[in-house]
Amino acid sequence: MTRTLPTTPAEPRPLEAHLAAYEAFERSATETSPPWLRALRTSGISYFAELGFPTTEHEEWRFTNAAPLAQFPFKPVHRALRNAVTAADLARITFGGLRACRLVFVDGHFDMALSELLPHSTGAVMGSLAAAIERRGDLVEARLGRAAHHESNAFAALNTAFIQDGAFIHVPPRAVLEAPIHLLFIATKPGTVNQPRNLIIAEERSQVRVIEDYVSLAGSAYFTNAVTEIFTGQDAAIEHLKIQREGTAAFHVATIEAHHQRQSRVLSHSISLGARFARNDINLRLDGEGCESVLNGLFLATGDQVVDHHTIADHARPHCASHEFYHGILGGRAKGVFNGKIYVRKDAQKTDAKQTNKNLLLSDEASINTKPQLEIFADDVKCTHGATVGQLDDQAIFYLRSRGIGEELARQMLIKAFASTVLNRITVEPVREELERLLEERLAQPNA
Amino acid sequence: MNPLLEITNLSAAVDGKPILKGLNLTVCAGEVHAIMGPNGSGKSTLAAVLAGRPGYEVAGGEVLFDGANLIDMKPEDRARQGLFLAFQYPVEIPGVNSTYFLKAALNEVRKARGLPELDAMEFLDLVRARMDVLHLDQSLLNRPVNEGFSGGEKKRNEIFQMAVLEPRLAILDETDSGLDIDALKIVAEGVNKLHRSDNAQVVITHYQRLLNYIIPDYVHVLHDGRIVRSGGKELAYELEERGYDWVTDHVKSERPELAAA
Repeated sequence: MTRTLPTTPAEPRPLEAHLAAYEAFERSATETSPPWLRALRTSGISYFAELGFPTTEHEEWRFTNAAPLAQFPFKPVHRALRNAVTAADLARITFGGLRACRLVFVDGHFDMALSELLPHSTGAVMGSLAAAIERRGDLVEARLGRAAHHESNAFAALNTAFIQDGAFIHVPPRAVLEAPIHLLFIATKPGTVNQPRNLIIAEERSQVRVIEDYVSLAGSAYFTNAVTEIFTGQDAAIEHLKIQREGTAAFHVATIEAHHQRQSRVLSHSISLGARFARNDINLRLDGEGCESVLNGLFLATGDQVVDHHTIADHARPHCASHEFYHGILGGRAKGVFNGKIYVRKDAQKTDAKQTNKNLLLSDEASINTKPQLEIFADDVKCTHGATVGQLDDQAIFYLRSRGIGEELARQMLIKAFASTVLNRITVEPVREELERLLEERLAQPNA
Repeated sequence: MNPLLEITNLSAAVDGKPILKGLNLTVCAGEVHAIMGPNGSGKSTLAAVLAGRPGYEVAGGEVLFDGANLIDMKPEDRARQGLFLAFQYPVEIPGVNSTYFLKAALNEVRKARGLPELDAMEFLDLVRARMDVLHLDQSLLNRPVNEGFSGGEKKRNEIFQMAVLEPRLAILDETDSGLDIDALKIVAEGVNKLHRSDNAQVVITHYQRLLNYIIPDYVHVLHDGRIVRSGGKELAYELEERGYDWVTDHVKSERPELAAA
């Protein structure tokens, strides 16, 4: 008897193309790489081969179907493309009025000519990871791959297998960087996969603000698979602002893994506006006493967009605080997912953890799956979490209209108000203002 | 003189339940009208129907505002034409800054009147002057609309908005409820200062108390969705003394056809 197995669209393609691409990459580009990096990449591809692309059976992917990512033709960009970005392109996307060090990456590769490094006397190093591997191999080797979990996260594993370039920032002890560092990742080549790998190290008592910004000049589909590792030393302070404003046909997966030492302060933002498919994993490990962290996020999805945030605040030591605020705005037929985990390990007494996820549905067909999760193994802690899903307040709309404000403007005022509580936590003013403008522009589009 | 507001045989329902059952009222410019009545008589429904609150179905009758059909207008257009409702329960709007809100509202209203929009400085000058009248702290302008305001602050904020928007017809829905006597005096003083020969005010209240400070030209008693008695300000004192039962009993004996409805 013969049986026909049903084929489901969720069935991912085999990994042959990815493995073959790795072999080709390994033969050509990696000849000059140091042995430790080759070992790290090998480890990456092994885990990727073992894990494969996640399906909806996977606990962390229950509500988001990764099949389109698995099926996306795997054409990594191994070399920077020259002259793909003009000065005019750049002017449009660099937050007018923002005084910042700017590192520009084209399809995942550092472009010195487009970058602008402000003179600084702090001894900080910022530039491409490729250059850092050559010049500061010891520093990179000690950290790269140590925060990201490529043994359990297939996308981090795939990124690790192809580590080549991305941003490298090293802030030495006690250095305080006044101007923020703007990492601008520009996708220009349709049909390609770019996999920047970023490493940010803020040593003891240093301070830095980093904007990690994904934007596109390509209208058609491409795939960004980024991994960022952040290390903060004792008493260091970092503000990390991830902005996802990819093209509307783009696939975007980003993994941010941060490791924090004693009494460091972390302000993490994730603002997700673009891409047809966006998945963000943002994981903080609070691995020293007295760390304070804020996880702040806003996602807007309209039309057929899918946006998924998975966050972890992992309290490993006592007296740490993590406060999380994620707001979602979903219109059209968009799908949102929020999964926020708080782990409080046995040693983490006096933990103060708070998590809220509020969602605004603008249409009947938009949806959100939200799941706050607490796992507590210590007994003297203060932990709260909550999630809400609602629509615009009719009473408030009527109140505004009764004062002469038109219905459409009233709706936009309320949506902006909902977003502003998150955006107001961003300290880099020109960026916050531009994000408010982008949000407004997006909401004014007909399918919102 | 042409009436500013002319309500003829208005009936309206909420969730299919008839509340207003043939209400007639005419208000001319320069007049102050008080509408009094027991709980459930339809006072707030009348205010809601006039302002265009969604969920209130007009089943019959006509409302003309300066000769135009009010019922067909959107709430924002009513406001732009010069109608203002001071809410019984002003709505808190987290995240919407009071200054931004009020400037947007004022400029919409000015646009509709063919006046140029005000810039930020002109707006602030205007607003500061009006805030003083209501004894409102200017810090309220930096706060989200009504959020965290005390009951008294919310009511004063309603009259402050009225002072800024300068409506031709203001409807005050139980603006006195929840106010202590000092706040009541401030609110009444504000309302009186705004009164001119080219505008009108309809004061809806359960108690006569407010009418010690806002002196009406006419007092109407609403009962079961109809105005059953109208008179001068002395009617308010009479009601205060004799209670609403006096009117409703009167209706039953004088006009049994209404009482039975």
